[in-house]
Amino acid sequence: MTRRVADWTARAAAWAVAGASIAVLLVIIGQIVIRGLPGFRLSFLVTAPHGIKMEGGVFPMIVASSFLTLLTLLIVGPVGIGAAVYLAEFAGDNRLTRLVRFAADTLAGVPSIVFGLFGLAFFVYFLQMGYSILAGALTLSMMVLPTMLRVSEEAIRAVPASYREGSLGLGATRWQTTLRVVLPAAMPAMATALILSVGRAFGETAAVLYTAGMTPSTPLLPLEGGRTLTVHLYLLATTGYIDPAYRVALVLLAVILSFNLLAGWLMARFRRRFVA
Amino acid sequence: MSEYAIELRNVSVAYGDCQCLADVSLAIPINSVVALIGPSGCGKSTLIRSMNRTNELVAKTVTTGEVNFGGRDVYGSRMDLRELRERIGMVFQRPNPFPKSIFDNVAWGLRSNGIRGRKRLEEAVERSLRAAALWDAVSSKLDQPALGLSGGQQQRLCIARALAVEPEILLMDEPCSALDPIATQRIEDLIDELKERYTIVIVTHNMQQAARIADFTAFLMAEQPHEPSRIVEFGRSVEIFTRPGDERTEAYVTGRFG
Repeated sequence: MTRRVADWTARAAAWAVAGASIAVLLVIIGQIVIRGLPGFRLSFLVTAPHGIKMEGGVFPMIVASSFLTLLTLLIVGPVGIGAAVYLAEFAGDNRLTRLVRFAADTLAGVPSIVFGLFGLAFFVYFLQMGYSILAGALTLSMMVLPTMLRVSEEAIRAVPASYREGSLGLGATRWQTTLRVVLPAAMPAMATALILSVGRAFGETAAVLYTAGMTPSTPLLPLEGGRTLTVHLYLLATTGYIDPAYRVALVLLAVILSFNLLAGWLMARFRRRFVA
Repeated sequence: MSEYAIELRNVSVAYGDCQCLADVSLAIPINSVVALIGPSGCGKSTLIRSMNRTNELVAKTVTTGEVNFGGRDVYGSRMDLRELRERIGMVFQRPNPFPKSIFDNVAWGLRSNGIRGRKRLEEAVERSLRAAALWDAVSSKLDQPALGLSGGQQQRLCIARALAVEPEILLMDEPCSALDPIATQRIEDLIDELKERYTIVIVTHNMQQAARIADFTAFLMAEQPHEPSRIVEFGRSVEIFTRPGDERTEAYVTGRFG
């Protein structure tokens, strides 16, 4: 009898916890939609803000956020995957690689504003990039690199040893095996890591506030500054323009949601291609 | 030209501190099927893997002695590993097709050797799949994922993949252990056909299988637990299974242990 009670209690608790987390998500989304949607016009996406009250749209911010995210992706993708390949396939286990892993794990826990401060001191001032998309992207890359590196490394390690044996056993070289057998097999997990990293970069505020700046102009070159959607939201909310802030939140939410859908779609596609 | 495809002389293999094989000498006649049998953990796989140096892929191993392949020492410093593994193909315990299409799996060895011509690859893929008795089943779906095939078909695909690079020797490490009896039967039939053109070394835990398909059989075991294994007896399968010369062989093949 007590075992049935325990079982029932455990189930009820599991359901309650799961339900609560869904409820929190729904409340947040609901709040943003209810407050953000009424004043939302399509022109909001394609016009620039104007005036002291920052009326108008968020076109320059969308450009700044996308530019910054794309540049971060271009930096962190090759560096993260390259380092992961080295660590997982070639480096073996020695003091250097243990140090690299330890450093990555430590960096992953550093608050983003600390990265922002470092980016300000190093990229903006020392390397004289000024407040710019490039400085922001480099800072964001440093911030998401540890996660990208470790998740990719795990993904590569999770590729069955039998693939490597099979390939090397047919006379392929180590490098051919890594490039054309191991990496494609680790691709779904690495693509997911990359998209989640990019999502984090897109949603980041503190690290870009100090590095990409707040200029509400449309950045077209990496050395121009720009104001991201998140920084714009921060400025709107702290100066008391709550309704426009919710509209920005709505845009952010839509973009992050599409990142996640894209990740899911990619995963499904890879799975179809490889597993039948 | 030697009458042996590969010859092992006093080969010993150690993993770390663990001496696993000692003093193995074995000559594999050309175009024959040689079975390696023995109790679990006696080093059959280590022995077969020492012939194309696949032991060192998984762990640090120290191999001493000489493996003579076509007049050259497999462990010599001038041995080209890629050439070695192309000429001595390997089929593993569990089917391990790559997560690629059927065509790309079979073409893998050729492509990694720099062969690009579409026509040439297509010919080689068809020839290898026919040789592995898989062509009729897959000819219409070469672009589909290899992992969608059944276990037995996957294993025949792995055999085709190994044949595509035209090896001289085919090493098979318990190729049927993950397969059902019908798929096993097909692989055995295939081995019978393949021995016309290839030399085959097969590890098996199934003595009926060894008796059915192998011309020669080597029986391996350790004198004591934790001691390295040695070859107890090597000879024609008929002899080993009907008139073994050593009483340990007799005890093993009649199922008294192992």
